Amino acid sequence: MRRGSPAAYREPVSLIATEALTKRYGGRVTALDDLTVSVEPGIVGLVGANGAGKSTLIKILLGLLPPTSGTARVLDLDPLRQAEQVRARVGYMPEHDCLPPDLIAAELVTHLARVSGLPRTAARERASETLRHVGLYEERYRQVGGYSTGMRQRVKLAQALVHDPDLLLLDEPTNGLDPAGRDAMLELISRIGTEFGISIVVCSHLLGEVERICDSLVAIDAGRLLRADRISSMTGATGVLVVEVDEGTDELAEALAGLSVRRDGPALLVPVTGEETYDLVLRAVAERDLPLHRLDQRHHRVAELFGGKP
Amino acid sequence: MTEPAAGVIHDIGYQRYQGARLGRRYAVRALYTHSLRTAYGLGRSAKSKVFPWLVVGIVGIVAVVVTAVRAVAGEVVLTYPGLPDAVFPLLILFGAIAGPELLSRDLHSGVLSLYFSRPVRRSDYALAKLAALVSAIWLLLAGAQLVMYLGAVFTVDGWSAIWDETTDLAGGLLYSAVHALVVAALAVLIASLLSRRAVAAPIVVAAFLVTLPVVGLLEAVGGETARQISGLFSPGTLVLGVRAWLFGSGVDDVPDLGGFEPLYAVVTLGLVAACVGLLLVRYRKVRA
Repeated sequence: MRRGSPAAYREPVSLIATEALTKRYGGRVTALDDLTVSVEPGIVGLVGANGAGKSTLIKILLGLLPPTSGTARVLDLDPLRQAEQVRARVGYMPEHDCLPPDLIAAELVTHLARVSGLPRTAARERASETLRHVGLYEERYRQVGGYSTGMRQRVKLAQALVHDPDLLLLDEPTNGLDPAGRDAMLELISRIGTEFGISIVVCSHLLGEVERICDSLVAIDAGRLLRADRISSMTGATGVLVVEVDEGTDELAEALAGLSVRRDGPALLVPVTGEETYDLVLRAVAERDLPLHRLDQRHHRVAELFGGKP
Repeated sequence: MTEPAAGVIHDIGYQRYQGARLGRRYAVRALYTHSLRTAYGLGRSAKSKVFPWLVVGIVGIVAVVVTAVRAVAGEVVLTYPGLPDAVFPLLILFGAIAGPELLSRDLHSGVLSLYFSRPVRRSDYALAKLAALVSAIWLLLAGAQLVMYLGAVFTVDGWSAIWDETTDLAGGLLYSAVHALVVAALAVLIASLLSRRAVAAPIVVAAFLVTLPVVGLLEAVGGETARQISGLFSPGTLVLGVRAWLFGSGVDDVPDLGGFEPLYAVVTLGLVAACVGLLLVRYRKVRA
């Protein structure tokens, strides 16, 4: 089985695994520093500031760059020694502009499908179909040079998807797009990940953007791993109840002392340990007949979990 | 039980690809044919067809005129190996247009990262591009030589004459391949170093012309030996030396090289090998 059935998708096989991965350029600039991370299938956000080492990591995963030390595995293959197998099963959307302006989009994508190993007829059919999936219809018979940035990003995505890869590596896919274009692109990526069943690594320097569509996040900074985890384990069940009363705050704090309550300005923060937390808080307020001003649950923002770093 | 959906589903959804996945050799072949088409401007705008087809047209006219003269007057104005020599400036022009079209354009647009993230290797890419330009130039010459041959076959008498014509053609096709190799190797190497076509094209032309004065100087002031080896210093005269080695001198303007002919063959081989070597080094380093 190649991939795709929900059962296979959920198997805890490692999509990408690196072990003490280090990359230095010219012996001085360190792009990746002892990076050890393991990523499960799904939509993965690779976040970090510009220059954090995201693109370097992607290039190592594609076998385009040899690491200085350490190892990387993609789809359980060695990207250096098994570069052809890896590249046949991976689709790559680069960050920079990479489309020859005087080619017709449909022809470019067909050609690149053939270079990925698809026979001529299949390449043409898949190119048409893929361009349709990314939302290009009649425009696909026009030269790429006349396209808007949004359309160009879609062609870049289509060429990465045309050979039906098992893994998509998208480097800053929303670069240069306006807010509406960003939303459309993110929705498209989310659909590819959930409906098409293809695993995706989305690189971005904008955490708020990728956390909307990702199952898990890998944050790197200066080539080092900050944190890697599933989004659910970062934001779920770690909620805090915010309680604010117009008067009697001290009284309430005393009553809830057993719940390790904290003061936050005029509000009280009560860690949620289960359903009973709500009942305890409400009963405490009602028994003392306090004027309740506010009661809501606050999720940890992923950004807070990364220590304020993007 | 819910009702069956009344509407037709238009979006058939994403279909997984279950068909064949051909390997790296197929990928290289796809790149080669695409590049060969590109060299002639096929699958591109009308503008990029102008120069290649202008060259094809002129070389074709030369072949037709030569054939007609032979048919009417019975006089051989140009032999098969003579054709590539006669149209050499046009070959340079073709290389100067097609070389940058094949390589500089890819460097400029950044499309290399799309190629190198696929099963082709960097060296595959470079060699496919070189092979495409060699083929494009050779096809141009071979087409014209074939026109000359077909004209000749209907002119000459007897099977033995046709056989002679055929072996002459084979020699001519071989010599065209030498031309194609030299022109393409230099054009591709220069184009691989420059990402702007408008800059690369004149530099390719210059590469073929810049050393011509050396040849002229050696011929003018040098002695017998200097004259005989002077041709080594420019691609055009170098190839002419290979012709002398292959077919002997005396015909057309092929000079007598006094035993230096093998040296011309060796230097030609060395030049092509050096260009290919540098090309491969270039693509090992190029940023993708």
